[in-house]
Amino acid sequence: MEASIFQYSFIIKGLLGAIFASITAGLAGTYVVSKRMVFLSGGITHASFGGIGIGYFLGINPVLGAAVFGILSALGVEYLSVKQRIREDSAIGILWAFGMAIGIIFIYLTPGYTPNLMSYLFGSILTVSRADIIALGIMSAILILYFGIFYRTILYISFDEVFARTYSSYVDIFKYITTSLIALTIVLNIRMAGVVLVISLLTIPPNIAMLFTRVYFKIVIWSVLAGFVGTATGYAISYYAGIPVGATIIFTLVVLWVMVKGITQLLMKISKKRTLAT
Amino acid sequence: MAYLFEMYSLSASYGPNLVLQDVNFKVNENDFIGVIGPNGGGKTTLLRVILGLLKPVTGKMVFNGDLLNGNSIGYLPQMSTGDINYPVTVTDIILSGLMIRKGIISRMSASDKKKADTVIDELGLSGMSESTLNELSGGQMQRVFLGRAIIGDPKLLLLDEPGNFVDTTFENDFYEKLKDLNSRMAILMVSHDVGTISAHIKSFACVNRSLHYHPSHEITNEDLQAYGCPIQVIAHGIIPHTVLKIHK
Repeated sequence: MEASIFQYSFIIKGLLGAIFASITAGLAGTYVVSKRMVFLSGGITHASFGGIGIGYFLGINPVLGAAVFGILSALGVEYLSVKQRIREDSAIGILWAFGMAIGIIFIYLTPGYTPNLMSYLFGSILTVSRADIIALGIMSAILILYFGIFYRTILYISFDEVFARTYSSYVDIFKYITTSLIALTIVLNIRMAGVVLVISLLTIPPNIAMLFTRVYFKIVIWSVLAGFVGTATGYAISYYAGIPVGATIIFTLVVLWVMVKGITQLLMKISKKRTLAT
Repeated sequence: MAYLFEMYSLSASYGPNLVLQDVNFKVNENDFIGVIGPNGGGKTTLLRVILGLLKPVTGKMVFNGDLLNGNSIGYLPQMSTGDINYPVTVTDIILSGLMIRKGIISRMSASDKKKADTVIDELGLSGMSESTLNELSGGQMQRVFLGRAIIGDPKLLLLDEPGNFVDTTFENDFYEKLKDLNSRMAILMVSHDVGTISAHIKSFACVNRSLHYHPSHEITNEDLQAYGCPIQVIAHGIIPHTVLKIHK
């Protein structure tokens, strides 16, 4: 059977999507995992669903609504926990459910056509548009430049904020910028993996990388590679088996994680035996 | 002897709580001052004021010109500030001590990395340059943070409760190391643990909202009520003891 133009564009879309998703998720994910912000990122993701609902209701691009909601909730949590001394995990938990509630209310209030909720919750490659891919590409470039130029500043602030304050007055600015970029990364990846699953796209690859390296920039590089293997394979399986892409990607990534963990543990056992034997 | 900085009738507060009141204090080159006093007495606040993290309410501080250049104050905070599971290597942590003169867009040069290697060797951390903190012992971690404080060759080294996170075996090594460093820089060491403060300290500052400076080791037969609360020191063996005069 000859491949039609439709299939070609589908494959290219999937390939580019996989590349950009793994770059953005690898860079943002390493920061999120290192700084233990996984729960905050989950909160941002679900809060942004409120923006999707409002976007539909007002007839504007839902991703734009999600981006506004995502960034505002990220900055809101940072601000609340610093200035108002509210328990951060409680604040995130409230925001998490509130965003979902707003999203569902507004989608049901939208007259006429109701969008396929499933595609936003669990991701669907069919709804990924050319514009989404371009946006992810631009996001990849922004993140590479940002982390490349300010690598040490970002690393040191996130490792030891108290010490960073003794030499820099830019600590808060960098924290707010980085958190906003992470919120944007999450929102742009929602189309691919869905609200419920996107957080795993950020957290599983760095955890695969951390099985064999503990150096920050190496974790980034290995995360991007692991992310690409996971998303590309998941995408292919989803295409041929006709199952939702987000779920397939996450499933593939977890299988990859288990495999790498098994191999590293096996190698450790072998090298231990060798050192005992000699 | 050249002075490093001097504070005149300085007061500092957190909101309505006055923590330091009318403090007059002077630090000279090669001083080794133990800052002691009860918890909540203002010891850490004194360091925060010197570091510029807290603006004094009244009074002023005058720094020697040399001390205003980047990296002239080294700082070893209390242990709790950095995440020990963070994926960052010993070399990179030590290099972060140079950030003050690097600015936000920073590349570390070959000579910076060479300097980090020298510090790593000097502090007995050879072979651990690529390790992360969770692979080190408490004493090694403390030396990594000391390395971060001294890589910029500061004129003044501020230590906040360095005895807090280390067992006694490492403590001795650590205080010996401080004695070496003292030939190159003045040291101001905060400790609430008066009983085990280093014998290398040359003078004391007692901080309990106000500051009393004791210029040298003084031994009197008076009561040990150094700062309002009775203190008894119990020790075994041949340990040099220091008993401070009562504040007038």
